[in-house]
Amino acid sequence: MMVVVGLYNPRFLSDTNLTSIFAGNAYIAVAAIGMTLVIITGNIDVSVGSLIGVLATIAGTLAVQDYPIWVAWTVPLIVGVTINAVLGFIVAYMGIPSIVATLGMLSILKGGLISVTGGKWIEGMPEAFFLAQMRLFGIPSTVWFMVILTALMAVWMRSAPLGRSFYAVGGNPEAARAAGIDPRRTVLFAFMLHGFFAGIAAILFATQLKVIQSTVPPNLELTVITACVIGGVSILGGTGTVIGSSLAAILFACIGSSLVFLNISAYWLRAVLGLLILLTVLADIIRRHRNRRVG
Amino acid sequence: MRSILRHEGILALLLIVTLAVMAGQSDKFFTTANLLNQGRLMAEVGIVALAMTLVIVTGGIDLSVGSTVGMVAILLGVLWQNVGLPLPAAMALALVIGAVAGWANGFVITKFGVPPLIATLATLALYRGLAEGISEARSVRGYPEWFYYLGQGEFLDVPVQLWVFLILAAVTAFLLAVTPFGRTTYAIGSNAVAAEFSGMPVKRTLLMIYTMSGLFSAIAAVIFVSRVSTTRSDMGTGLELDVITAVVLGGTSIFGGRGTIVGTLLGLVIVQALKNGLLLAGVKGDATIVVIGLILIGTIILSNLFGRNTDG
Repeated sequence: MMVVVGLYNPRFLSDTNLTSIFAGNAYIAVAAIGMTLVIITGNIDVSVGSLIGVLATIAGTLAVQDYPIWVAWTVPLIVGVTINAVLGFIVAYMGIPSIVATLGMLSILKGGLISVTGGKWIEGMPEAFFLAQMRLFGIPSTVWFMVILTALMAVWMRSAPLGRSFYAVGGNPEAARAAGIDPRRTVLFAFMLHGFFAGIAAILFATQLKVIQSTVPPNLELTVITACVIGGVSILGGTGTVIGSSLAAILFACIGSSLVFLNISAYWLRAVLGLLILLTVLADIIRRHRNRRVG
Repeated sequence: MRSILRHEGILALLLIVTLAVMAGQSDKFFTTANLLNQGRLMAEVGIVALAMTLVIVTGGIDLSVGSTVGMVAILLGVLWQNVGLPLPAAMALALVIGAVAGWANGFVITKFGVPPLIATLATLALYRGLAEGISEARSVRGYPEWFYYLGQGEFLDVPVQLWVFLILAAVTAFLLAVTPFGRTTYAIGSNAVAAEFSGMPVKRTLLMIYTMSGLFSAIAAVIFVSRVSTTRSDMGTGLELDVITAVVLGGTSIFGGRGTIVGTLLGLVIVQALKNGLLLAGVKGDATIVVIGLILIGTIILSNLFGRNTDG
């Protein structure tokens, strides 16, 4: 967290058009909220990019076929929760490691999506469908979603017993069990919530542009996981906050566009990001070591 | 040990069923030409999967292998065409660079205690980024004719890269099964702290395994370039998922401590047979990915159920 704030200095911000960066990347932050829950319970989900691709395609297809807009907006949420309930069940109740289960799900969703749609472009959605292009008080709706959802989840994770049980299960499942928490149900619930946020992210993603390409956005799962990790979520479970992940997702986008401003070739963008992740993680680990020595 | 045999039993059964079904679907499947050609296609994923088996047996993971393939492929092209090194020297240097990339993963993991998932997630972005930055979306073509022997030629009627793969598989299987190095690998995966206290060279072994993973990725990269006759920065994208699928399908526990090269070989053959068989049966390439995903989850669930029975 401290590292994020340290990097989050005003110089990046003054150089760039904040609003468009925020609006264009809010869906990543929303997806990172759900991913944070899953990682805090000590699991991981590499299938979220495919899931968002599938859900965005569903939303677009429904909108084109003249279903009411609210149907096009809610069906992806339901499907997202359902798919991830299956995933959560496999992980929590059948004891399949989450990386394996979600790797399998990644193949299923990705392959399924392309073989059903053939990767076609979906266009001609009605005007009212474009949720992400709406504004409230001059601020894009995506930013509202990001801020409100992050704030709600942050409060809920801190104060509600269920929110805190995620940390308990990730930190020490045995102790959590002794304290009367059912770790399996908690993991299942984390995955379902994650599916819900993936649904929201998918709708924001789908309504950003006039067209939706019915394929999986490349590397999206890595971007989301990276945001969580840079945001301070320990991959070993038990620690991390949704605010950190959400901030990191935006920080990421800021760095991307400030590099463009600094006249660094776009070809080097990913190399710089990779180096940044590595340095952040190293700084974090070194800081933790030092704290331990002082303590 | 019993549960490993059980898992491999399930796999062997699955393989026989797959082969039988595929053979029934298309009479082209069981021809020597087709099988050898499949071996050719399997070699790159296979070579990377060998080292990945060791990595996962230690309880680690290496997500950067696909990016390493891309980076090494690009550097091979650049060193030869732009820097002007003779091709054999460029190939040797490319292999060294791959090994260094793997060593860097191992260094960050052992020296700073960064979880392998995170360290290699970072280098996944870093190595791919370097590949993109160095290549600037240009591709390198026009390699000399002899270079294509590696990826397109045959030795004793068998594709050259299949020989390379089989030799590396034999070496890796030997290392893992009978040497102190192999025993340390399993010990790290079962209980790294206990291994450390029993005086095993835990850090050195881990460093060697990640270096090996980089080196094997580099070998796969050179073969890849030779097979497709060109170099592009997006080579090997998503390779890590294919590799991990084959290894995990082969019964290597993602928690470490358990797994064999034979299992990985079975996993590889099943995935390749499925891909090819379904393709010949007229199923489109994308739908076969769905089947592979289902098989991956299904096999682990099955072997978990049987595993639990033995424990009980």
